[in-house]
Amino acid sequence: MTRRTDALDFYEHPLPGIDLSDLSGKLIVIEGADSVGRTTQVQMLRSWLEERGYAVVDTGMAQSALTKEGIQAAKSGHTLGPLTMGMFYMADFADRLENTIIPALRAGFVVLTDRYFYSVIARAVARHQDLEWMEGVAGFALVPHIVFYLRASVEEVLARVVRGKLYFDYWESGMDVPYGKDRYESFMGYQSKLIEVLDSMSAQYGFCTVDANRLPKPIFKDLKKAIEPILAD
Amino acid sequence: MVQFRPNRFPGKLIIVEGIDGSGKSTQLSLLSRWLRSNRLVVSFSEWNSSSLVRDSTKQGKKKQLFTPTTFSLVHATDFADRLERRIRPMLEAGAIVCADRYAYTAFARDVARGVNREWVRNLYRVAIQPDLAFYFRVPLEVALNRILGGRAALKYYEAGMDLKLSKDIRESFALFQGRILAEYDAMAEEMGFHVIDATGTIQEQQKQVREIVIDRIGDSFERDILHIREDW
Repeated sequence: MTRRTDALDFYEHPLPGIDLSDLSGKLIVIEGADSVGRTTQVQMLRSWLEERGYAVVDTGMAQSALTKEGIQAAKSGHTLGPLTMGMFYMADFADRLENTIIPALRAGFVVLTDRYFYSVIARAVARHQDLEWMEGVAGFALVPHIVFYLRASVEEVLARVVRGKLYFDYWESGMDVPYGKDRYESFMGYQSKLIEVLDSMSAQYGFCTVDANRLPKPIFKDLKKAIEPILAD
Repeated sequence: MVQFRPNRFPGKLIIVEGIDGSGKSTQLSLLSRWLRSNRLVVSFSEWNSSSLVRDSTKQGKKKQLFTPTTFSLVHATDFADRLERRIRPMLEAGAIVCADRYAYTAFARDVARGVNREWVRNLYRVAIQPDLAFYFRVPLEVALNRILGGRAALKYYEAGMDLKLSKDIRESFALFQGRILAEYDAMAEEMGFHVIDATGTIQEQQKQVREIVIDRIGDSFERDILHIREDW
């Protein structure tokens, strides 16, 4: 049997009971810290792809049938510890991978994933958990066709949160760690740390870094340009 | 050897392992009663009991949403929560923590389910190394008689029905437990289990357990462990 050169593979350990030989879809990941405009890009990409006749599935963090409610409930109290949070998000990720992403890839869809396990790791490491350990846990993940890292400066992220949400979310400010004496300080410290961790993972995982300090349109243009050759494969 | 984190705290961690029907829970409960009667502060932690994760576990079991990997990760999340909120702080405070099942349960059960051995061992690297690990070893037939004789309804995942070993739930349970038993036996030496012959009488087993506890960690009772105040 000949193996397709662009065939998907696992990072480290195969998922039990999953056959990769029949996955014909494309896996595209949009990564980045909070408020860098990931959701907007996913929406625009979806329309663009569908207009061109590609079937698209999009999926985001903490949306799995198994863990969605559990994670929400855990985050509504302030009893969720950093280790537990990392594990819970990993369970969510595994559930999405096995029950949404892989079936869609099998059916030949383009899968747009708003965050992958990289964010789960970044959040855990920003909460003093061990990077290498978390990478081992995520070893069952599929290597995507491309990972876009939407990278904005912490000042830009701050400006967007202040303009848009008008408040600092407890978890997005890393108040459970915390990084400072108040929400503003902790937000800046925590978000800087997230960017630092994602930066450090960038080379290792081959992220395609996109300058997200810009407006949505030029970012979208860059993404389309990079996706074209993947679709042609 | 698995690289758990060393227990650098004054408290002591005692765990029990064994297949369903090995009698480990009975033994642990007798042990903790005895420790308490010696005025030692004992904290109990049971596998799969965290309130934070309960809804996800219930949901997954009821709707049969689990794959081997998500089953493993949700149980690891449960473990993480108990580790962060109870096991570690109690050890720091100088209590004896008695855990009914520990990471080894995942090592045996998840691997029996087809999960990669190395992966699941890495998953639990954050656990604290127990001071004492008892493995209640029992032949499969004896355990099956205890479980299948006494209880009517076996549950789907408990019987390993997701593995499609057999359509008959009792037969599936027997095959699955056999696999788990083999995993326990294979790791017993590597993990430094104190193996207790669980075919003996309850009193005999308990006597052995208490002797080992005194021998291995008895010195710490007066020195490190928090005591229950007599006048309370």
